[in-house]
Amino acid sequence: MPLKLLVTVKRVEDPESRIKAKPDGSGIVTDGVNYKMNPFDEIAVEEALRLKEKHGGEVVVASLGGAAAMTELRAALAMGADRGLLVRHDGALDPGIVSALLQALVAAERPDLVMLGKQAIDDDQNQAGQMLAARLGWPQATFASKKESLESEAEQKKQPGVAVAADGKRALVVREVDGGVETLEVALPAVVTVDLRLNKPRFASLPGIMKAKKKEVREIPAASLGVELAPSVVVRRLLDPPRRQAGVKVADVAELWTRLHAEAKVL
Amino acid sequence: MSNVLVIAEQSRGTLRKATLSALTAAREVARRTGGGVSALVLGSGAGAAAEELAAHGVPVRLADAPVLAHPLAEAHAPVVAEAARAAGASWVVTAATSYGKDLLPRAAVALGAAVATEVLAIAGDGGEILLRRPMWAGNVIAEVELRTAVKAFSVRPTEFAPAARAPGGSVTPMAVAVDAASLGTRFVELQEVKSERPELTDARVVVAGGRGTKGDFGPLSALADDLGAAVGASRAAVDAGWVPNDWQVGQTGKVVAPDLYVAAGISGAIQHVAGMKGAKVIVAINKDADAPIFQIADYGLVADLFQAVPALRERLKAG
Repeated sequence: MPLKLLVTVKRVEDPESRIKAKPDGSGIVTDGVNYKMNPFDEIAVEEALRLKEKHGGEVVVASLGGAAAMTELRAALAMGADRGLLVRHDGALDPGIVSALLQALVAAERPDLVMLGKQAIDDDQNQAGQMLAARLGWPQATFASKKESLESEAEQKKQPGVAVAADGKRALVVREVDGGVETLEVALPAVVTVDLRLNKPRFASLPGIMKAKKKEVREIPAASLGVELAPSVVVRRLLDPPRRQAGVKVADVAELWTRLHAEAKVL
Repeated sequence: MSNVLVIAEQSRGTLRKATLSALTAAREVARRTGGGVSALVLGSGAGAAAEELAAHGVPVRLADAPVLAHPLAEAHAPVVAEAARAAGASWVVTAATSYGKDLLPRAAVALGAAVATEVLAIAGDGGEILLRRPMWAGNVIAEVELRTAVKAFSVRPTEFAPAARAPGGSVTPMAVAVDAASLGTRFVELQEVKSERPELTDARVVVAGGRGTKGDFGPLSALADDLGAAVGASRAAVDAGWVPNDWQVGQTGKVVAPDLYVAAGISGAIQHVAGMKGAKVIVAINKDADAPIFQIADYGLVADLFQAVPALRERLKAG
């Protein structure tokens, strides 16, 4: 059965950029900061593409935010997604609003699976997928992973980690949980959020980038979706974390032991 | 009413220690709001965990039913919402474990609650409560206000001391109305990582390795065994398939705060440091004198871990 997959793509600060709070705490310093697709979302896009390659169907990518998010949508289209949705909203969002906007997209698109990164690496909330599943009354499988490592043959062959049954009615999802690896079976439609070790995302090819420019991206004003857009998780100020001071370099193992034993008293 | 409900976590009747950290955070909220604290234990055959939690001076609702045997958010969330209503709770608190992270946002939707995750500290004065939580992998701490009538948050267990035992607790059973046939989620299996070593998040000493181990965790495991320590790993080592996922220390793995953290062959990526910078003493052993790990280590040793770690074991034995 062909699958319709809806995948979220968030524009975030590049994790390699240096992030610090502004002195007045009103935001982060954005000078010299680059932007890219949330790395967890990149894994979600990759997984959706693999599922489409196996089962057929369509991969729709959606982003919520300002016009700049078009760059990340195009990046997902260049990886191979079929079309994009950009829900335009220039104000602050929180997981409650994000999940409500996504619920509206789901109502219009009727996907079999919604795939999201387990969290975005900017606000690190880890909530939107769970809240979306709750709003829809759908099963959820968070923190999707797989048993094979990223160096395994299964990964080389670009096999999907999420195992959708041939009839498209159910999926087996392997999850990373405290203390081990759990497998759940979810009835579709369902929400899956992905963890780091589900796959290694592909790079966009040059033809892929060219094709992406012609793919459809529909802009939808957030205000048209009937969702209350006032955030209820409000960041009042940002602070620098307590910094650890660099300690001392020790000459050798003997000195290390002495310091740990006599000075720090931890051995 | 500003009552606070703690969602406990248990496995086969054993209470997870992280729950006691959530209880401490809940009491901090209640102290500011003037409300009472109660707790909810969910599971099947979870009575012993409920008794254990009650022994920390808190009234416990016990939702014990076969449909709750596995930690499925779809089954547990409606019970959390019902218990929160019954408790008159305006705050719902749990530990930011994989169970808590999976469950809390789902339960919050049923309560119309906004959620703050991975809370490190509770701030604000008077009636106002602000929650401090990390963003951008811990490079920034946000002070967050929740503007819903019912509010929920998960706490990072390393940041709140576990509650001590105290009298005055009780266990009251609660009826469970979840219909197993209505669930779209089915538990298939749990492959547990079995280990004789202490749990990473509970261990007094953690010995961790990264790319520099080249996949050989033998020397580090031996040192860990000598010290009664847990073994951790950087994301690079886990991604390479050298060690189980469960060993990953970092923003996206486990957050640990042991007395001693030995990082061997770990460069010190921000992502990793976010998971271990709460350690009391950090030792870095790395061949690369410029590795960023040395900027946060209390004691740095520029050396090949394959020589330094066995030498450290010898020195330990010599006493």
